[in-house]
Amino acid sequence: MPHRTFFWFFFPSGLAMLLFIGLPIISSFFQSLHIEPEQILMEVEKCDPFGCKTETKVDIEATTKLQEEQPLGRFNGLGTYVDRNHLAFDEIKEAWTNSSSIPEFTDILLNLPFYKALLFTLTFCFAVTPPVVVLGFIVALSVNTITKSLKGPTIFGVILPMIVTPLIGSLVLFWMIDAKGILGSFIQFLFDDPNLSLKSSSQLTWITLIIYGIWHNTPFAFVVFYAALQTVPQDPIEAAIIDGASRYERVRHIVIPHLYPVATFIILICLMDNFRVLEPIIGFAAEGVAQSLSWMIYNDLRSENKMLFGSAGATSMLTIIGVAILLTPVLIRTWREFRTER
Amino acid sequence: MKKLLIALLFTFVSTSAYAGGHSPCGVTDGSIKILANEFTTYRIFMDEVKSCAGPDADFSVTHSVDHNKLQVAALSANPAEFSAKLVTNGSITTLMNDNLIRPLDDLVAKYGSALQDNQKIVIDGKIYAVAFMANAQHLWYRESILNDLGIAVPSTYEEVIAAAEKIKASGKMANPYAGAFKSGWNLGQEFVNMYLGHGGDFFKAGTAEVSVNNAKGVAALNMLKRLTEVSNPDFLTQDTNAVKEEWESGNVALMHIWNSGAASLLDDEGDQAIKADTRLAPSPSVGGGSKPATTLWWDGFGIATNTSDENAEASFRALLGAATSTEMANANPNATIWLIDGYSPGDTAGPVVDAANRGATPYPSLPYMSLLHGALSTELVEFLQGNESAEKALADVEAAYVAKATEQGFL
Repeated sequence: MPHRTFFWFFFPSGLAMLLFIGLPIISSFFQSLHIEPEQILMEVEKCDPFGCKTETKVDIEATTKLQEEQPLGRFNGLGTYVDRNHLAFDEIKEAWTNSSSIPEFTDILLNLPFYKALLFTLTFCFAVTPPVVVLGFIVALSVNTITKSLKGPTIFGVILPMIVTPLIGSLVLFWMIDAKGILGSFIQFLFDDPNLSLKSSSQLTWITLIIYGIWHNTPFAFVVFYAALQTVPQDPIEAAIIDGASRYERVRHIVIPHLYPVATFIILICLMDNFRVLEPIIGFAAEGVAQSLSWMIYNDLRSENKMLFGSAGATSMLTIIGVAILLTPVLIRTWREFRTER
Repeated sequence: MKKLLIALLFTFVSTSAYAGGHSPCGVTDGSIKILANEFTTYRIFMDEVKSCAGPDADFSVTHSVDHNKLQVAALSANPAEFSAKLVTNGSITTLMNDNLIRPLDDLVAKYGSALQDNQKIVIDGKIYAVAFMANAQHLWYRESILNDLGIAVPSTYEEVIAAAEKIKASGKMANPYAGAFKSGWNLGQEFVNMYLGHGGDFFKAGTAEVSVNNAKGVAALNMLKRLTEVSNPDFLTQDTNAVKEEWESGNVALMHIWNSGAASLLDDEGDQAIKADTRLAPSPSVGGGSKPATTLWWDGFGIATNTSDENAEASFRALLGAATSTEMANANPNATIWLIDGYSPGDTAGPVVDAANRGATPYPSLPYMSLLHGALSTELVEFLQGNESAEKALADVEAAYVAKATEQGFL
């Protein structure tokens, strides 16, 4: 394709990406460099049904004036990025000098909100993605072999977890795993422990969230694999059958190599999606024990006080950097394959 | 199905304007859009506001347990998404900080002759809200269970734990105590109660500098820990409404929740045997203190700054109609403690009056209190799960608060 044609072909989507992805990112970045203007406090008398007393209040006039002078807030540089709620450089330095052993240092590190969230986010990503790819592939292979008349309903059943809104899906499961719910009481029966509760410990909550993640994401891998299976060339398969290759050997030596690029694509998308995990945490009321980077942004914007735009902006930037780092190996690999193919 | 249809119809009717009829509160034009918390007493109040606004009015109300998280965003927009917000001494400061609710002096002068003086929330000489009810958390118990085991009604938290352990040992219940320990606002509130019960102060006087990492804070946390040990292991996921469900299912014999819970806990739906056995008791004190470990709250309404004067007036008149309705108050005497003129308190008012008499503190109305509450909401979980010491948890709370307060410009 000539460069000129390509440019005009790409221009509309490029423009849309710039407007709806590029500009918001730049704006978040600018916001993340600023913090709220100083709040001017004053003592006033407050009277309510329980009596009158002198209390502190924000001097609205003076604070509004400051806000008008600096609509973006005070410039804070990368201050928000390195504060305790984000990268926490000072705290890490202090922990490094004060801790006597690596486990103690790790303990302090993982107690900091950002690193705690990062640990869960990465655990979720890497625990969910491989089973999703494997399960999606197995399901796709199985569905591909059933008779035509049953295919439609089966496919519908298989992709159902993806159709259900994540928040609703997790809420439904949340009630099912309740100690008195159908799954919860079954698990209690299974392990013969009437006090067993999936919601009570962090480890069990993490496992629940990961299983939910696999349940929710498998249909996506299935759909892509299933579509790709339809493109597997029939000639080599027939040749393999004539040569007496078993079903396993056919899958291992013909189907899997053919689907390899597709698997890379699924891994890419899954990692990206799971890095942004949020809804199951809300649905399972797991905020206490499992926080993700997206949850931190959500929490900053829905705190009971003013929305912490700076903090949310900083976490967003760090999330974008995180996604970029995570995807680099896969992207480099794809690029190399692309180069060798040419 | 029929019920569902009726509910759907009701939603349509409540959100759309209808022709004909007139407003008992004299609302002629303007739209009334209210944001409010979700619990039975507020529903009763809103029904009255709705009937006061009349069938002509463009009236809608959004009940949400997340009202505090929605309020700033919803009222900052101009014009605001809501014309009025039901506020408490906890949530009003956030709205005041950003100038999101307007002074009501003119409207009160014009229409508010039926208001009692203690309903007016006066800040720096101006009325910013009108209160209509008072609320507090206190103890609830199952009389028959305590009687069967010969347990006296606990008046301190130490006795609550002893009682719960006795019930547990008797095999009647596995987890006899319940409190709203859901990580988030509820958990923060449990600490606020317990810390104030120990006589603690959240901030160094007159400043936004936090001080909770002290002996009182540690004692408060240890007491919470002991309470969670006699609670359902899922305590970190249970908010007030979930606790009420546990109570109505008969799984709990002692709980510390809101007085306004009486509206649904004592109504005629559900297991009447449990309801007849439900008793209210004063909030316990703790650690040898005399003050009950609870906070006093008022609930009222404020009118948005960023709404037209027309909408503000319509909303004010409709809400005022309910906030001065002696009829509503006396028809629902046990729904809460109404602050309305002519109301004669029902038999459930006792514990709140008792808390006020014994010197319980009102929830602090400080501009930076919600930041501390937010820090408490998330940083105490690990301690309650036994993964962290009390001192470490409180140090985390302080550090999380400092980072947020710095970003907000308070420090």
